[in-house]
Amino acid sequence: MDALVQTLNQGFITTLGATWGPPAWALTKTLVMVVMVVVPLLLFVLYFQLVERWVIGWMQVRRGPNRVGPFGLLQPIADAIKLLLKEQIVPSGANKALFLVAPALSVAPAMAVWAVIPFTPNWVVANADAGLLVVLAMTSMGVYGVIIAGWASNSKYAFIGAMRSAAQVVSYEIAMGFALVGGLMAAQTMNLTQVIARQDGPFGFAEWFFVPLFPLFIIHFIAGVAETNRHPFDVAEGESEIVAGPLVEYSGMTWSLFFLAEYANMLLVATISTILFLGGWLSPFPKAIPLLGEPGIWWMFGKMMFLMLMFVWIRASFPRYRYDQIMRLGWKIFIPLTIVWIVVVGLMMMEPINNLPVINWWFGKQSGH
Amino acid sequence: MIALPELKPNKMTFQAIVFYVFASTLIISALVVITARNPVHAALFLVLSFCSAAALWLLLYAEFLALTLILVYVGAVMVLFLFVVMMLDINFDKLREGFWRYLPVAATVAILMLAQMLLLLFDRSMRLVSAASPGAPAPGVSNTKELGRVLYTDYLLTFELAAVILLVAIVAAIALTLRGRKEVKTQNVGEQVRVKSSDRLKIISMAAEKDEPPAPVSPPAA
Repeated sequence: MDALVQTLNQGFITTLGATWGPPAWALTKTLVMVVMVVVPLLLFVLYFQLVERWVIGWMQVRRGPNRVGPFGLLQPIADAIKLLLKEQIVPSGANKALFLVAPALSVAPAMAVWAVIPFTPNWVVANADAGLLVVLAMTSMGVYGVIIAGWASNSKYAFIGAMRSAAQVVSYEIAMGFALVGGLMAAQTMNLTQVIARQDGPFGFAEWFFVPLFPLFIIHFIAGVAETNRHPFDVAEGESEIVAGPLVEYSGMTWSLFFLAEYANMLLVATISTILFLGGWLSPFPKAIPLLGEPGIWWMFGKMMFLMLMFVWIRASFPRYRYDQIMRLGWKIFIPLTIVWIVVVGLMMMEPINNLPVINWWFGKQSGH
Repeated sequence: MIALPELKPNKMTFQAIVFYVFASTLIISALVVITARNPVHAALFLVLSFCSAAALWLLLYAEFLALTLILVYVGAVMVLFLFVVMMLDINFDKLREGFWRYLPVAATVAILMLAQMLLLLFDRSMRLVSAASPGAPAPGVSNTKELGRVLYTDYLLTFELAAVILLVAIVAAIALTLRGRKEVKTQNVGEQVRVKSSDRLKIISMAAEKDEPPAPVSPPAA
């Protein structure tokens, strides 16, 4: 692989010359990297909603989609064609420009954030130093799509949904940010590749940060469910009370862009949990075991898939929260808990405590930090 | 650092192009903020100008400041701004009323502010005009780490003072808006969780009753 990249790099320089070879090479390389991240992401979103419908069907003792193609495998294609061919309706009272910009504003940050996500030590578009900050900044921009959609639709239901969504996302972002602060304190870096490297060790899964940061791991995941407006925090959409909230006036491709953004954001929450708390591509088994102890991208995908199925499991199990209860959970439980645990993490990293028997696995000097 | 494509030979020109694109976007969107008729559009253009400013900071290798600008101002402050602005029912004619009456005062303030900013820019003692770009940091130097080190050592007192002022502002804002509304029913979750079945339900033992046909006319209970 490295040899091939080197040959291609040399090829660019010999054909285009020393002036234009390197920039053309950088541009091509970045574009190929972007395609390598975005295309699997889109395919994943396409097929994950089929998996979701199968799993929910199984949990509710019925068959999921099984008509289109073998085992219903062509169902996502059929859905995509339906959405592409659907008529695009802009309500007459809507603010047309903003109505059409909103889906793009929703999907663009959801895609852009994948630039800093590492899948293997080398498979990352931009190995940014402040990777975690990029993730936080980009996810905080995702809410604009929903707010603008709700306002530009010029519909009461859409507007109520947008207001609910804005308040909810801003509240849970704080808890989520604090949970990530605990993670980056433990890792002592914001570079996501190094965060995973810091969780490497001979003991397998016991070295991962979800053990010392267990409350933060749980809070990050639940806040992630709330951030993406998924069940049981989906009061923004609330189809039984405000029809579909901000999305009520959207149809066809514009609607499916919101859908795409929601699933990309779900996968992002699962990925950040995997990287920060579950050791990314590291193996859960001790290093000493020959084949199972090897790190690899399959571990990463396995953990991401497990967390994604948790999303579905939660959706199939819990009734919707009442709005004041959502706010109470975010402000009065999660935020105080995260602050307390940040102090605890700080204590665990202090000089005499970090060398105590169990704590030195993660914070001690000999843990390779 | 956000890895820009490594354009070594034409690095300066490429950065210059990026700079002019973002700087002009910043100026134009800032102008639209004050000229737009619709306050929601104005707020959205303010978001755009924040994003352009963040991009300019990235060009100066200040990635922590740039990302924090987006995280705090774009991600939280402007969302709440939009939240409020969208709910306002603004009468534009009423807003424009008295434009000429207030113009002299507003113009004086504007000219004073402009003069101050120009002074700041062109005053030699400020050394803003001649300040050179700090250039790319050495590899391995983390912008965030350096900022944190400086904030928590050299400028600790100032930093803490700023924090206290912010805390006072929060307390003041809450004190201004907190009214004890008596008619609101709130749920005490702790009480609900602690409740035992014996608090709500009384089980008494009584002899079994025999089913009897109802009396034809039962007198109303006293």
